[in-house]
Amino acid sequence: MIRLEPRRHHSQKMVYLSPLLAIVLTLISGAIIFAFMGKDPIEALYTFFIMPINNAYGIGELFVKGTPLVIIAIGLAMGFRANVWNIGAEGQLTMGAIFGGALALAFYDSTSVFLLPGMFVMAAIGGAFWGAIPAWLRTRFNANEILTSLMLTYVATLFLSYLVYGPWRNPEGFNFPESRAFPNAALLPIIYDGTRVHLGAVFALLIVAGGWVLLTKSVVGFQLRVVGQAPQAARHVGFRQKRMVWFTLLLSGGLSGLAGMFEVAGPIGQLQPSISPGYGFTAIIVAFLGRLHPIGILFAGLVISLTYLGGELAQISLGLPSAVTGLFQGILLFFLLGCDVLTKYRIRFGSASKSGEPA
Amino acid sequence: MDWIVPLILTVITASTPLLLSATGELITEKSGVLNLGVEGMMLIGAITGFAVTVSTGSAIIGIIAAAIAGMAIALIFAFLTLTLMANQVATGLALTIFGVGFSALVGSGFVGFAIEPLPSLHIPFISDIPVIGPILFGQDFLVYLSIFMVIASGWFLTKTRAGLILKAVGDSHESAHAIGYNVIGIRYMATLFGGAMSGLAGAYLSLVYTPMWAENMTAGRGWIALALVVFATWRPGRLLAGAYMFGCISVLQLHAQSAGINVPSQFMSMLPYLATVIVLVIISSDQTKIRLNAPACIGKAFRPAQ
Repeated sequence: MIRLEPRRHHSQKMVYLSPLLAIVLTLISGAIIFAFMGKDPIEALYTFFIMPINNAYGIGELFVKGTPLVIIAIGLAMGFRANVWNIGAEGQLTMGAIFGGALALAFYDSTSVFLLPGMFVMAAIGGAFWGAIPAWLRTRFNANEILTSLMLTYVATLFLSYLVYGPWRNPEGFNFPESRAFPNAALLPIIYDGTRVHLGAVFALLIVAGGWVLLTKSVVGFQLRVVGQAPQAARHVGFRQKRMVWFTLLLSGGLSGLAGMFEVAGPIGQLQPSISPGYGFTAIIVAFLGRLHPIGILFAGLVISLTYLGGELAQISLGLPSAVTGLFQGILLFFLLGCDVLTKYRIRFGSASKSGEPA
Repeated sequence: MDWIVPLILTVITASTPLLLSATGELITEKSGVLNLGVEGMMLIGAITGFAVTVSTGSAIIGIIAAAIAGMAIALIFAFLTLTLMANQVATGLALTIFGVGFSALVGSGFVGFAIEPLPSLHIPFISDIPVIGPILFGQDFLVYLSIFMVIASGWFLTKTRAGLILKAVGDSHESAHAIGYNVIGIRYMATLFGGAMSGLAGAYLSLVYTPMWAENMTAGRGWIALALVVFATWRPGRLLAGAYMFGCISVLQLHAQSAGINVPSQFMSMLPYLATVIVLVIISSDQTKIRLNAPACIGKAFRPAQ
């Protein structure tokens, strides 16, 4: 009989091995799924995971898609550590894009160098504002932030749709539901010629560094870990749960807003009804895969970014539906959560032993 | 008054999927398990029901398949959270992400297909009575099933021994285990029941409500169902009222335009989501009510001492 036996201490080794194990298991499942769909599994896996990055442009795309994922996941991870479940990052991203975009559209003939920094500030405010609502509802009315933040995502998406179909529709366009193209002064500069990698990627790295400092070197980071792991103890020493709710939701909201602005001021260049292929939701997977740690999230962001690129390529060259990407992401998270059991327990075969494990 | 019967009929169609999935989730949560994957299970139910109905030509087989598919995906959740003790919140989110991807993948081959709508009850003469005939005696069987299940759940939880055991497991898994009940086994069954009901709810959307398949067609209804369980403070009677209230709100947006209310359609579409937030706020702010009714062990992993 197979049993789970608790470990005395969490296995640090398994904390890092578990994501790798999950990726391997996902690849194996992927091969099986491809075979089931009548494709050569090896060729399909090659197309999905190698071909997208065998040239400079492809590697650039890895960073383009990784940028929003990493930025959002850093914020979410802080919340998840403190048991604050913001799953409305997609809505906060949308609000950031709307707030940042508002400035770009208001000054659509501007050439000022202050336009872009202004958009940064607006986007962070927009995202943080959308994150503040669930924070207020949770701290003031005890309303579950999972449900409220998610409901607000639908509201934000509909609001963006209203804007681009209505008042913000390009007056000089052909009645398409999209805004004016942003002026050059409102676009993020490309940092590597021949790719689409923009300034946002640099900010993503800065945010990773900032997240690392916050988590490991600051009092707030310590509080986040204590509140999440031992809420009772945290109360005893006077850490306020409410303050953590506010802090993590404002932070993750602001970062998501920034990520949304980077999308519309980067690869997209205008506002349109759909500005994200679900980055806000996928970032949840990135956060877990990266072990809720900024450095881990950086790598996890690139891995998940690859699944987007692979999905696009598989659609073009293998005729697979792009939904394969979402399927892979879901399977990966399943395996990851399953493998994580190994950090707290070891698998034992045979019947229970009374002696327990040596320390 | 000609418009009133069709209006009530659309309210019933809009409320039924919410009622089905929320009833399932209520039982799951009463056992102490928080499955946030309702949206994913509904999507998988929706595509399975639709695909099987198209392939076999039988809506009944499609509906049964949808319930089984919902249970299958709930089984993954149960295995991860109950056997492997994974975090229930994270696993529920994984279920939804997986459900969105899986249903879109399978569904890509079924976009644009049309099916026969589910047959409705028709009793000669009785179903033809004006107003009450079509409303009470002219529905498809899933509508009756949804009402029956919520009433049966209320009876099960308050009047049967099994229901009391289920609640005991949800309120104090340690004591329930000490008395000798199989906590994990009972939670498995409650989770599978929730999966089957969400599968049915999804099938109702793709076979009756639209009827067709579209990516992400649940549009947050799974999450609204979760909110409804809180709104109902875990009591089936209030769930019935809540589901129909939300049905009314979502129908409101369809009829506002024809009633001459000149508000952009996007704002009308926000109504169900905003209503969910408002309702959650009102219910949650009464902390004692929540504490009295919420299963005390909800979301907590249980590992029997060896």
